[in-house]
Amino acid sequence: MAADIALRFPATTAPSRETPPAPPPSATTETPATRRVVIAISLAFIAAVLILPLAAVFTEAFRGGVSKYLESFDDPDTWAAIKLTLLVTAIAVPLNVVFGLAASWAIAKFDFRGKSVLVTLIDLPFSVSPVVSGMSYVLLFGAQGYLGHYLDTINLQIIFATPGLVLATIFVTFPFVARELIPLMQEQGSSEEEAALSLGAGGWRTFWSVTLPNVRWALLYGVLLSNARAMGEFGAVSVVSGHLRGLTNTIPLQVEILYNDYNFVAAFAVASVLAGLGLVTLAVKSALEWRYADQLAAGRRR
Amino acid sequence: MSDAEIGRALTDRAYSQHRRPPRKRGRGTTFRKPSAIPGFGAALGFTWLYLAVVILVPLGAVVLWTGSLGPERLWQIASDARVGHALRLSFGLSLAAAAVNAVFGLIVAWALTRYDFPGRRLIDAAVDLPFALPTAVAGIALASIYAPNGWVGSIIPFKVAFTPAGIFVALVFIGLPFIVRTLQPVLADLDREVEEAAATLGASRAWALLKVVLPTLLPALLTGFALAFARAVGEYGSVIFIAGNIPYVSEIAPLLIVMRLEEFDYGSATAVATIMLALSFAILLFVNLVEAWSRKRLGHGR
Repeated sequence: MAADIALRFPATTAPSRETPPAPPPSATTETPATRRVVIAISLAFIAAVLILPLAAVFTEAFRGGVSKYLESFDDPDTWAAIKLTLLVTAIAVPLNVVFGLAASWAIAKFDFRGKSVLVTLIDLPFSVSPVVSGMSYVLLFGAQGYLGHYLDTINLQIIFATPGLVLATIFVTFPFVARELIPLMQEQGSSEEEAALSLGAGGWRTFWSVTLPNVRWALLYGVLLSNARAMGEFGAVSVVSGHLRGLTNTIPLQVEILYNDYNFVAAFAVASVLAGLGLVTLAVKSALEWRYADQLAAGRRR
Repeated sequence: MSDAEIGRALTDRAYSQHRRPPRKRGRGTTFRKPSAIPGFGAALGFTWLYLAVVILVPLGAVVLWTGSLGPERLWQIASDARVGHALRLSFGLSLAAAAVNAVFGLIVAWALTRYDFPGRRLIDAAVDLPFALPTAVAGIALASIYAPNGWVGSIIPFKVAFTPAGIFVALVFIGLPFIVRTLQPVLADLDREVEEAAATLGASRAWALLKVVLPTLLPALLTGFALAFARAVGEYGSVIFIAGNIPYVSEIAPLLIVMRLEEFDYGSATAVATIMLALSFAILLFVNLVEAWSRKRLGHGR
């Protein structure tokens, strides 16, 4: 834009505001040429590695036009998968929110022995392969697992059923909320809570009207991340699901089935829903980072 | 002594009595420091209970199962040619992908923190795409791009999809944010004065970057490398679609675990998982040692 204007009015106008005077050559910055090369490499790499797959999802989904795209959702198995995913997420995420609040309350407001061990253990699920986390439940609850016989006698099925999917989802999304809340609540300290208590508020009242409002954006941030992961998890869920069409398939597993059936348009159409969810997550997350930076844990500020 | 001075002396004394220096924690002290805030027992109790039920007991089952296999069985499975190939492939490609990401991640993080260019915030947000995009979605997207008739696959002269090169591409995709997000805060906090000092002492910009800036970034770079590597070794969803999963060619270790579980061969699955965890642990330990050494050499504890 600025270049356009400059071209149209080359001599008569004063130098436009958009082109600042060239900065004096500095010893602690790179030359403009180097800068341009570094930026170009970054942009090219991001475009090739990250943007291209995203573009491919939507291109492939709309390969047959909008009507073909919409037709892809005319499948009871797909709807069953969507419903199951919503159910699993609706159980797993709130449970992890309660856990995150309890853990951060204990860790940030008190000093006790074994705290660092606890903090390390909370991060443990991030360093376990999703496949291994699914496997751990199979070893426990599977037909040949430690509790398999017992579960059989009381007629309770966990593996290849919804409870297994919920457990696997809880495992992989376990640290998200706690990780956002603990550092923030540690930064905030407990003087506000102490003030509320000294003014006569009870424990719950203090929590609801002092602590929770103070951490609400960080909580939302954590919920957002765990929600996206819960709906998109593949490896852990794949191990415990058994892939029963219409029964134990979540959306990502349904994508896999459609893809392996060579039903590419439908596979990418269903995948585009997940990609859309990912994009919305990313947008809200970035908005939180820019707008409420001071109310998020230090590591999240940009 | 004036009244004010006496008053101050008294409050000082009262204060010093009230706030005794905190004793070193150790034997003979209480489990937790006294605090006016309620809810410690309930919060900590729930945290440990939930952690035990959802994470520790299932992972304990994995350890128990490994223990029941015995060393001969473990060795027998580890020396199986197919398992050996899958492990070599997983670890080799994960290291290579993490290394490539370390280089490009450093360039991207540098451009994002040091330079201003149009769309910088958008690119910054896009770095998190691999976290936001479900792995199965990324997997089918990458497979379609690099398939022989795909956008990239039809241009390049060699085969990527359904070969180890395809696995490498998927691992680069999922690893990038780990490097960039670990480097960004360190780069932002970097003391410019050190660079200025290097410049005043006659170092060229490139020399200052190499000898002054890079060593400072090394610990963070290694942390990012370790995170990206750990994630890549266990990665399943984004890899299996592009890998082709040909035994002895492009079969990764996590896939072997899933296949053994589907055959109800829990023993073999656990053995592969245990070997995978042991190797990852050894590599991560080595990276941590190098990191600790580079930090110590640097002389500060960032």
